Amino acid sequence: MQGKALDITTETRHLDGVLRPALTICGVLAVLGLAGSLLLAGAGEGGRSHLLETYLVSFAFFLSLSLGALFFVLLQHLTRAGWSVVARRIAEVLAANVWLLALLAVPVVLGMGHLYHWTDAAAAAHDPLLAGKTGFLNSGFFLARLAAYFAIWGLLASFLHRSSVAQDASGDPALTLRMERLSAPGMILFALSLNFAAFDLLMSLDAHWFSTIFGVYYFAASVVGFLAVMPKILYVLQWRGILRNAVTVEHYHDFGKLLFAFIVFWAYIAFSQYMLIWYGNIPEETQWFLKRQTGDWAVVSLILLFGHFVLPFLLLVSRMIKRRPLLLAATGAYVAVMCWIDIYWLVVPEFSPGVARFGLLDVLCFLGLGGVYSAGVLLRLGRHSVIAEKDPRLDESLAFENA
Amino acid sequence: MSERTAPAAGEPGALYGYLVEFDKVDELLVGARAVRDAGYTRWDAHTPFVIHGLDAAMGVKKTVLPYLVFGAGLTGTVGGIALQWWTNAVDYPYLISGKPLFSLPANIPVAFETTILFAALTALVAMLALNGLPRLYHPLFTNRAFKRATDDRFFISIEAADPLFDRSATRELLESLSGRTVEVIEEA
Repeated sequence: MQGKALDITTETRHLDGVLRPALTICGVLAVLGLAGSLLLAGAGEGGRSHLLETYLVSFAFFLSLSLGALFFVLLQHLTRAGWSVVARRIAEVLAANVWLLALLAVPVVLGMGHLYHWTDAAAAAHDPLLAGKTGFLNSGFFLARLAAYFAIWGLLASFLHRSSVAQDASGDPALTLRMERLSAPGMILFALSLNFAAFDLLMSLDAHWFSTIFGVYYFAASVVGFLAVMPKILYVLQWRGILRNAVTVEHYHDFGKLLFAFIVFWAYIAFSQYMLIWYGNIPEETQWFLKRQTGDWAVVSLILLFGHFVLPFLLLVSRMIKRRPLLLAATGAYVAVMCWIDIYWLVVPEFSPGVARFGLLDVLCFLGLGGVYSAGVLLRLGRHSVIAEKDPRLDESLAFENA
Repeated sequence: MSERTAPAAGEPGALYGYLVEFDKVDELLVGARAVRDAGYTRWDAHTPFVIHGLDAAMGVKKTVLPYLVFGAGLTGTVGGIALQWWTNAVDYPYLISGKPLFSLPANIPVAFETTILFAALTALVAMLALNGLPRLYHPLFTNRAFKRATDDRFFISIEAADPLFDRSATRELLESLSGRTVEVIEEA
């Protein structure tokens, strides 16, 4: 802390000229991706079902980025973190982009008859396991819960983003105190809503299955996803001349450390879920993993074990990689792909046992949704400064060094 | 006229080195950079708390500790798995609820714990060993001003054993950096 805070008065802190070309790229991706996947889905047999399934994968992936960002912002306020202030505005914007995902949830809701087998009330009535769950798993309550989740996330994220932007003008430290005070109950609401959202959106694809840790698994995936894309966002911004001096190797290093920690956390949760079910050896529970170790899915499971844990662990354990922005951004991009495969592995085996029918449709749908999501982030980011201008801890963040 | 013969290095009364005091962190950092750039190798900075950037100012080399910890962690993983394989599948085969005698899912928790145990103990012991700790006595402790190194003062000490050490040149360097008189530290 004794180091001098950098002078960033001459720093580029607005997207300005970068915004238009970036938006064009996103727009092209969105149109090509979504139009392409609709065309492909219309052409092939069962294409519409496939599109709906892969849409849910990519939707849950981009949702996880925003939720990871919301967790990060809440955590920074809760811990009164100083180091992260230079990058917090970007996380605030990612979190606030959850409003866009509320809109993007519409196709999931329209397609819930296909995606969620428990929506068939007649079939559920004859299935003792499902009949016992209809009090919770019924279409009306499901939609009400979905609305409640997005309201919680959206309001929390908007409050944190707006207060921070308001501080840019006023520099009022009381705003920081208000955000810190809200973050404690906010974190509790966030934890509960994320857990139940994971149960509803992903776990209820197989409503016969039981796993209380599933929500934590999606939470781990969310935080890993967010921390994986963060270095890449910072790197691209700096490459385009934004925040060149404010964000230093020290900040990348800390994002790298957090990413490393949460990859280990993800593996820990994934294994905890697996081992307890393996040990208990109860058919209702093991069938879920059996599906994922039959046929192609066994290969995908191994890809996740080595590609989502072992390799990133070995890469990120090295201080050298964490302190090279380009290498860290590349590692993060790779981990983000693994995060997408992770969600693919959660969703698709339910519809396609034994066959991992990964193809162009999945790529197009991902790119299309990615284009829409990124455009939402860019529009929000372009409206204000990219850095929390008058945060009371900005100087601390600018002077930050890993000891 | 009796001529006082200097005691041999390391013996009581022999010169251990010079110590100089700084009031402020910034002065200490400037001083550390100057001593580093002068090429001294056997010297140290003493501060009451962690100072960011001091490692770089002193030119401290990267530690080998992470590699030791990583190696120990790997040893722990392999050792933990081997232990379970030997005890449960080879030396005394014991069937538990129909599970295979040697099965990775069941072995991971123990391997995880031995990994952390080995890595953590190595981190602690190797850190102490690399720092030459525990060490109950140090010639600098004889200096009264040095007590403030744990309170509100910053110090740089250069050992007489340093190849570049010169009684007058080193003294001049340190005094020019701090503006204070150099304290002469002797072995006791």
